[in-house]
Amino acid sequence: MTRFDRLRLDGVTRRFGGADALTGLSMEIRRGEFIALLGPSGCGKSTALNCLAGLLPLTEGSIWRDDTRLDTLPPERRGFGMVFQNYALFPHMSVQKNVSFGLQMQGVARAEARRRTAEAIRLVHLEEHATKLPGQLSGGQQQRVAIARAVVIEPSLVLMDEPLSNLDAKLRLEMRTEIRRLHQTLGLTTVYVTHDQEEALSLADRLVVLRDGRVQQIGTPEQVHTRPANRHVADFMGYRNLLAGHADGARLTLDPSGVRVTGTPVEPVPDGTPAVAAIRPEDISLDGDLEAVVEVVEYQGREFTVEARTPGGLVLHLRTGQRLTPGDQIKAGFPPDRLLIFPSAPADPA
Amino acid sequence: MRRAIVASPAAWLVWGAVTIFFVGLAGVIGSVVVNSFGLRWFDSWLPEAWTTQWYGQAWDEFDLLPVLTVTILVCLLVAGISVLVGVPAAYVLARRSFPGGRLLYLLFLLPILMPPITYGIPLATVLYKYGLAGHLSGVVLANLVPSIPFVILTMTPFIEQIDPTVERAARMCGARTRHVFGRILAPLLIPGILASTILVVVRTVGMFELTFLTAGPDSQTLVVALFYSMSAAGIRAQQSVDAMAVIYCVMMLVLLVLALRFVNPTQLVARVKEDPE
Amino acid sequence: MSTATVAVRHRLAERGIDRQLLLLVPATVFVVALFIYPFAYGIAVSLQPAEGGMLAAYRSFFTDAYQRDTIMTTLVIALPAALLNVLASVPIAYRMRGRFRGKRVLTTALVVPITLGTVLTAEGLLNFLGPAGWFNRFLTTTGLADAPVRLTNNYWGVFFSLVITGFPFAFLLVLSYLSGIDPSLERAAATLGAGWRQRFLRITLPLLAPGLATTFCLTFVLAFSVFPSAILVGDPSGSTRVISIAAYEAAYVRYDYAGGAAAAIIMGVVELLVISIVLGLRGLLYTGSTAGGKG
Repeated sequence: MTRFDRLRLDGVTRRFGGADALTGLSMEIRRGEFIALLGPSGCGKSTALNCLAGLLPLTEGSIWRDDTRLDTLPPERRGFGMVFQNYALFPHMSVQKNVSFGLQMQGVARAEARRRTAEAIRLVHLEEHATKLPGQLSGGQQQRVAIARAVVIEPSLVLMDEPLSNLDAKLRLEMRTEIRRLHQTLGLTTVYVTHDQEEALSLADRLVVLRDGRVQQIGTPEQVHTRPANRHVADFMGYRNLLAGHADGARLTLDPSGVRVTGTPVEPVPDGTPAVAAIRPEDISLDGDLEAVVEVVEYQGREFTVEARTPGGLVLHLRTGQRLTPGDQIKAGFPPDRLLIFPSAPADPA
Repeated sequence: MRRAIVASPAAWLVWGAVTIFFVGLAGVIGSVVVNSFGLRWFDSWLPEAWTTQWYGQAWDEFDLLPVLTVTILVCLLVAGISVLVGVPAAYVLARRSFPGGRLLYLLFLLPILMPPITYGIPLATVLYKYGLAGHLSGVVLANLVPSIPFVILTMTPFIEQIDPTVERAARMCGARTRHVFGRILAPLLIPGILASTILVVVRTVGMFELTFLTAGPDSQTLVVALFYSMSAAGIRAQQSVDAMAVIYCVMMLVLLVLALRFVNPTQLVARVKEDPE
Repeated sequence: MSTATVAVRHRLAERGIDRQLLLLVPATVFVVALFIYPFAYGIAVSLQPAEGGMLAAYRSFFTDAYQRDTIMTTLVIALPAALLNVLASVPIAYRMRGRFRGKRVLTTALVVPITLGTVLTAEGLLNFLGPAGWFNRFLTTTGLADAPVRLTNNYWGVFFSLVITGFPFAFLLVLSYLSGIDPSLERAAATLGAGWRQRFLRITLPLLAPGLATTFCLTFVLAFSVFPSAILVGDPSGSTRVISIAAYEAAYVRYDYAGGAAAAIIMGVVELLVISIVLGLRGLLYTGSTAGGKG
């Protein structure tokens, strides 16, 4: 098996017609890592995955497995496994045949193939469904078959393209744990594409956040969560309050209300230039001094999501355990270490 | 809904028109069948006596054995070749977009849109020029002209409904191109291939114009032989012509029943998908 | 494999060109060799008559009334037949678009005449509508007519044969177009207060119209190429001397290949003319999705 220490992407670029779907993706994947490619739809994350898989040729750049150039090889010779969003099981083959297909393609001896197939099916808990056709299985079971099929060939890299997006909420949580467990027990290296930030945060060792085909930030879940690199990443990572204003050191005068807030600049913002203050709904406190009137309240289980408006016309989103009703007066506060300040005329690479 | 049908006068009109059509159809087919079994039938609703002698007579007089052999041979050759040639082309046209793709699609559509006579006459002239017409080979070649595009058109929806990610998944499992075709696509396409084969056979048995223009005396299919015996009316007994017509009819209906096992009736005329709801 | 060839391959692949396109070659060769080339050859032959100038074959076709009138004769048979087939299909298909018991049997029965084809239909019509046939017997016995009505070996024989094979064809097409129109659209119109007439005229018909135009074209092509039935149940030297007979006679009876090719090409041109008029009108209509929103 072609184990590697490092897989290197070097300026991987893919254009469709004239449009750039992915621009200059450079990064290194270490053996055993779980990498999540994260971003809204159309950000280039699936393009990146397909380029890695060999299903899409690169327009520019190269991919290296240690010292071997990979991007000139067709997908069947890269030795990667892939799990597709819609499972892509072979509809005319039983679970067993689906799983053993890759082993047959590799020319693995029959007895060995049978043993490994059974092992893979046992790993995803489908022993009693082994002879069924994919059409007779539920969505979750089909997803397990797809995973078994991808890992049975002991791939040096497993690629997963939004594998959980077709499952319902409960199953999604179960399968998420299952995928992380398999990654650890089999010692896999995984690249996982998703648009669900929560999924990415809980699964990955490192996140790659993409927007408009460009990398916005590469970092650990904690880095991306608490210190998003720019306002777009912040927006995507759940900083629902993005308040426009003008910078003044670590303080910000909000438009158009004139309210002044204190926060943490993520990168230097020159005084007087337009800036954006970002804060998560759950980080806004109710013991501050900014008066606002509650307009909409949504019950969210343990908490309430509240939309409130200040007399100056500023709309705030907050989460609280306190039972509020529309018309209530609140006093919102912004903890300075949770309020991030970004330049709004972005120096971001986009 | 059912009650509305009974009630409204418009519904009566519609069902009346349908009934008249079917009565006419039954009359057309029925009179051929009855005549082929009638001993003498002049001024009455039904023949005076019944017989099967016309069938034996038709069999001998019109040399039906060789004619049937030719018909079957032509059909098998045309269906086989057009599937072999048409399916790969349909695959590429359904899956890929490339410069000139739409133009090529139009090229394949044209032979179906043009009346066979318009291209049949120049085609027959060309085939005669190269010494191909007048034999089985000419008949087969001429019939391939509408059949290959027909296979392409009928196969396209079958190919489109195979999820392309299945092919990618096979590649990710390490399958080479020939494995993708042999192990994944071929098994999934078998229903479609059977359907288009049987449809091509039905169309070829019924194809009059092209066969008529290119067939020689030894390469007539049943429908052309039927035409010749009809246009030479008076020489043979009308009943034995009808007996031959019934044989043709039965052959067609058998094929039709066979075809309908694989496709729904609408697909016989066009590739418009019926509402699966 | 050098980097340069890889780059070229990638650039071609990006435009959709790679070795897989070779699968198209056999089919293209067949169609070009057996359709395009003969057509071009036919045009060339039609421009090289045995005597006269380049256009002599066309000139003689248009100056000889016996030949020229075949265009009109064909149109007079084909246009009304195609129109009747399509127009009759609409109300019938509209009524039958839902699901009901026996729908499959009905559609199957309708395929029978299409499958049997024109030659057998002609034979049946000769028997059924002939002077001693069941139809005339019915008319005279019930007193609807004094003497047998002549319905074969003239215009009507051909017309009926075109209806018998053409109507089911048009009907099945219209039916499939109709079932492609999302029924919830009509339901939506009903909730907005539209009666069935308004629902049909304002919702269903506009969505169906492009399909009707296509159906008309295909039915017209069938009717326009009428050949065996025009000879067998028609009056092939008079009222049903259609253009395909003229082409056939020129090529195979008089061995005037230029004349035959010219007639075949004129036939194709006239047909394409009618079709392009209809499709041109169709272009003015809405031709998008007939599903309601999602899916």
